[in-house]
Amino acid sequence: MEYFIQQLVNGITLGSIYGLIAIGYTMVYGIIGMINFAHGDIFMIGAFVALISFIIFGLTGVALPIILLLVLLIAMIFTACYGWTVEKLAYKPLRGSFRLAPLISALGMSIVLQNYVQVAQGARVKPMQPLFSGGLEFFKNSEFIVTVSYLQIFIVVLTIILMGIFTYLITKTDLGRAQRACEQDRTMTALLGINVDRTISITFIIGSSLASVAGMMFVLYYGVIDFYIGFLAGIKAFTAAVLGGIGSLPGAMLGGLLIGLIETMWSGYVSIEYKDVAAFSVLIVVLIFFPTGFLGKPDIEKV
Amino acid sequence: MLKISNVETFYGKIQALRGVDIDVNDGEIVSLIGSNGAGKSTLLMTISGVNKARNGNITFNGEKIENRDPHKIVDLGICQVPEGRRIFSRLTVEENLRLGAYTNEQGKHFETDIKEVYDLFPVLSDRKTQRGGTLSGGEQQMLAIGRALMSKPKVLLLDEPSLGIAPKLVNQIFASIKNINKEKNVTIFLVEQNAKKALELADRAYVLVNGKVTIMGSGQELLKNKDIQAAYLEGGTKN
Repeated sequence: MEYFIQQLVNGITLGSIYGLIAIGYTMVYGIIGMINFAHGDIFMIGAFVALISFIIFGLTGVALPIILLLVLLIAMIFTACYGWTVEKLAYKPLRGSFRLAPLISALGMSIVLQNYVQVAQGARVKPMQPLFSGGLEFFKNSEFIVTVSYLQIFIVVLTIILMGIFTYLITKTDLGRAQRACEQDRTMTALLGINVDRTISITFIIGSSLASVAGMMFVLYYGVIDFYIGFLAGIKAFTAAVLGGIGSLPGAMLGGLLIGLIETMWSGYVSIEYKDVAAFSVLIVVLIFFPTGFLGKPDIEKV
Repeated sequence: MLKISNVETFYGKIQALRGVDIDVNDGEIVSLIGSNGAGKSTLLMTISGVNKARNGNITFNGEKIENRDPHKIVDLGICQVPEGRRIFSRLTVEENLRLGAYTNEQGKHFETDIKEVYDLFPVLSDRKTQRGGTLSGGEQQMLAIGRALMSKPKVLLLDEPSLGIAPKLVNQIFASIKNINKEKNVTIFLVEQNAKKALELADRAYVLVNGKVTIMGSGQELLKNKDIQAAYLEGGTKN
């Protein structure tokens, strides 16, 4: 039982990271109907920016909460610029051409970003000193002590806060309404005087900054990164988005949590080597019974 | 006010408009009738900037607008209610209206504007928290017109407002179009297949055939025109 709770905590932490990346996939899919395969690499860029800024600020000896806040802001801003640029360079010129064109362009962009980081930062694994130590311990009298580290608490709380802000943005503001309108009918949205290109750009900016937060969490949680982490994390987050129902924002978060839990539970109880196989197998099974994912809804339109 | 001269629009190699000339003056209701495929909707989409005119000019109060982006044209005060209404079905009625107010100084006068729309179409007020997709065809048309009005347009382009709507509601919608023109001083450019209704309402009217304007005149003149009666008003004189 204690072991189960421990895996649950680990799974939720991992799921938060996947969920934040998955939102980027699902938002972009929702608005331009394209899978942004470079999104995993945007997450990787976020992780690198976070690592570099941690090292720089670590030397200054500022207090930890301030470092975290600064790194968070810097990672979000830098990574948002990358996301915005990728959209302008690789996807916008292809808008209106055949459906596969931006998809191929996205795969190309993914390779470009990986190689760029490999050349600029080197191919070796980059380690980082742990910034957080300690945690809360539960069930001290039993055989297995459940530890919830402060880092895990930080990750989950930050995710919840970001989700709150993000949900407010999408459901209550002009920007969010414009975004949901673009998802349904871009021409009509333009006919109401809304700048559709700008709305799409902002979607990429939001998705990229959420991915950069996930990148920062990844650096802190695993302590090592390399230029290739975006691939597997990206595929997992994409799986999460599909599992939850691509295009659905709560679905992305739910899917992220599920993938995180499946992975940790499988590693804990069955075998750690096959954790990825488990995650993808669940996806296949779910898609057989819920073709649109858990929270994705098929379009019912009254004509 | 709105001046369309010699506009030609293409879909790839296919020419949809073959040199259209139309003037819409301030305060008028101008109707454009024509059969399916004549190019009526293409013309409206060209005015709105969704389709680009390959040749010709469109000016609004003397300003050239033929190569502007759709959202900039709405900023100038030209708003379109497109064919098929194109309501955002997953958004609520109120959210649809809020989107209409997007350019209107970010909805500064939102409360008074939305009240005007609700006064014009009281049924929308009863349905404001419902999703757009759950409304009937007629209610969706009212919502589409209301949504366009939220941007406080100077010219309203209406594409087939009677399409697929119960006859009783068609009368109500045409009455409100007249009301919008007279009370709110919005110039109307109406595209219709329901020629009789459109000509009765119009100050002036044009007939579009195969991408060209063939006949023009006052609404009353066109109603009496023998060719038009034969081509567009068959049986329409019965009631």
